[in-house]
Amino acid sequence: MMATITRRPSITRRISTFFYHYPGLSLFLLLLPPLAWLLIVYIGSLAALLVQSFYTIDPMSMLVKEEFTLSTYEELFTAANIDVIKRTVYLAAAVTVGCAVLAFPLAYYMARYANRRIKGLLYLAVMLPLWSSYLVRVYAWRLILVKEGVINSVFEQLGLGSVVEWVIDRPYIGGTGTSLASTYLGMFLVFVYIWLPYMILPIHAALERVPKSLIDASSDLGARPGYTFRRVIFPLAFPGVVAGSIFTFSLTLGDYIVARVIGNSVFYIGPAVSSNLSFNIPLSAAFTVVSVVIMVIYLLIARRLGAFDAL
Amino acid sequence: MLKKVFLLLVVLAVVVPTGFTYGSKQLFLQEGEGEVSIVAWPGYIERGETDPAFDWVTDFEEATGCQVNVKTAATSDEMVALMNEGTFDLVTASGDASLRLVAGGRVQEVDITRIPSWDTVDDRLKEAPWHFVDGKHYGVPYQWGANVLMYNTEVFPTAPESWSVVFEEQELPDGESNAGRVQAYDGPIYIADAALYLKYHNPDLGINDPYALDRDQFNAALDLLRQQREIVPRYWHDAFIQMDDFVNEGFVASSSWPFQVNILKAQGTPIDSVIPVEGATGWADTTMMHVNAPHPNCAYLWLEHSLNPKLQGDLAAWFGSVPAVPSACEGNELLGPEGCVTNGIENFDKIFFWKTPTTDCGDDRGDVCVPYYEWVTNYIAIIGGR
Repeated sequence: MMATITRRPSITRRISTFFYHYPGLSLFLLLLPPLAWLLIVYIGSLAALLVQSFYTIDPMSMLVKEEFTLSTYEELFTAANIDVIKRTVYLAAAVTVGCAVLAFPLAYYMARYANRRIKGLLYLAVMLPLWSSYLVRVYAWRLILVKEGVINSVFEQLGLGSVVEWVIDRPYIGGTGTSLASTYLGMFLVFVYIWLPYMILPIHAALERVPKSLIDASSDLGARPGYTFRRVIFPLAFPGVVAGSIFTFSLTLGDYIVARVIGNSVFYIGPAVSSNLSFNIPLSAAFTVVSVVIMVIYLLIARRLGAFDAL
Repeated sequence: MLKKVFLLLVVLAVVVPTGFTYGSKQLFLQEGEGEVSIVAWPGYIERGETDPAFDWVTDFEEATGCQVNVKTAATSDEMVALMNEGTFDLVTASGDASLRLVAGGRVQEVDITRIPSWDTVDDRLKEAPWHFVDGKHYGVPYQWGANVLMYNTEVFPTAPESWSVVFEEQELPDGESNAGRVQAYDGPIYIADAALYLKYHNPDLGINDPYALDRDQFNAALDLLRQQREIVPRYWHDAFIQMDDFVNEGFVASSSWPFQVNILKAQGTPIDSVIPVEGATGWADTTMMHVNAPHPNCAYLWLEHSLNPKLQGDLAAWFGSVPAVPSACEGNELLGPEGCVTNGIENFDKIFFWKTPTTDCGDDRGDVCVPYYEWVTNYIAIIGGR
């Protein structure tokens, strides 16, 4: 009895033997779910989007007319919508630069000067906001920026209320409101706050990879610290900056919440997509195609700048 | 290291924002009666979950065996989109959605003989043009109300008489300019508010119906709105953010709904509302039935129930609206004896109710009026400063 059982290999054993003989098959089965996901969900939804953008809606009943037309793109490239696209790109670029300027010194300190403990603490501090809800943080910033909020009252206590007013009156960064909550500057601050960790971490990683020996060699050859920074450290860390900028740029480009809560109600690509979603899906899709195109261009530039060399 | 961080960030960037995407749009429905699904404004169909005193669903479900499923929609455009998807029985459509639904063939004629309480409906609403088309009834009136002028009583000791406080730069009674302290509604239908203002102040334009604007009238309204853009720092979109704007951000006047006014007043903030001399735009909502309603019998039962005086009065108290059934104004505990007057029942004639602008002007001008989709693109351009 016992003998017959041990002589026949168990079913699991037979299955593993089968896969051992056909290694290609096991690889195929392993990759099937992610590939299916990628092809059907990712590429499929992008294709559906592209198709939708070539439809248009009947203006009265608002039903989508499923026939090929370029009229949605005609509508997309009216002056007002081009404003929306330009405005979004400018904002995303400004946020990216702002994040880079703030993130670099901190990442530099973390990578080159901080001891283990401080580095751990800083890491935690950088990551901490990512653990709480994005919405909560945006609404919290609203409370900070509004007229009865923290910033205004601190400045007024210090007798500097006119400084805030002066800032609000500036063109390009200001607005027409009574507080920073309805200015471009307010939106900029919130975006920089929200996406900063996505910039700090790649820069930090890039700086950590700069070999100490190169820096020593540079100073041995007579370079002053500033020169070493400009010619050795910064060029080596720059791909990290570009990698981080992909996040800050694309996340700002697609965001549709902040502009609804902070700022002066002008449209950006994100809100334009989300508000058209319930009304004019083809236009919504066309706006999304625009941001896809912008990101493709951005990624091509980033590749030339070496952002993906370390991958 | 860079590689790891990069991957980590990719994961975060993908995962983090998905926490606040919308819930599933489709409701799962079984074939057959025993339920009814309704697309409604938030707060329109309450089953006591927010406040146990406000419940007009439980009794209905017990009496009829029709389980009520509600899908809320935040804008008229969203309602039209949901109805276009199908699978719903009813929708509480405002006038700017109802005609679109009729034109798109998404709703069916309602047989009013199957609704015993039809006679109790306000006579002024029975054949209103936003649901009575070509001699056919496409729905049952539900509630109505006005887009009032909400103002801060500390800045305005007496109620402002004109909408000019939000349209034209001027010194307010507290000695400061209104620039930066007033708001407008973030919806294209607000162009009608500007047209209504011009109807009164610029009679030469010959505006009669603020929703049927020919090219010249439309352009004049846009000019007024461009001028308004200079003094409006932010357009209101979300009722609760608007309330916060009046409490924390120093806004003192705006078009608004009685809903916000009632809540702010209940909180003790110095807020009140008025309908200025120009009149006001408003909404009148109609419960309409989908052309392929899966549960027509339950839908008719709900249509009858929707005219129940208790429901009408409770809803008016809850939402700050006016009942479509005038008898609901009397003897309702939640609404109180003055509730209907507070919510504006006497203002009916001053209100120009939302309806969808179409090329057909509805008068002897013919098909020369500006259709709604142009309202949308132009309003987005104006908010964008163009």
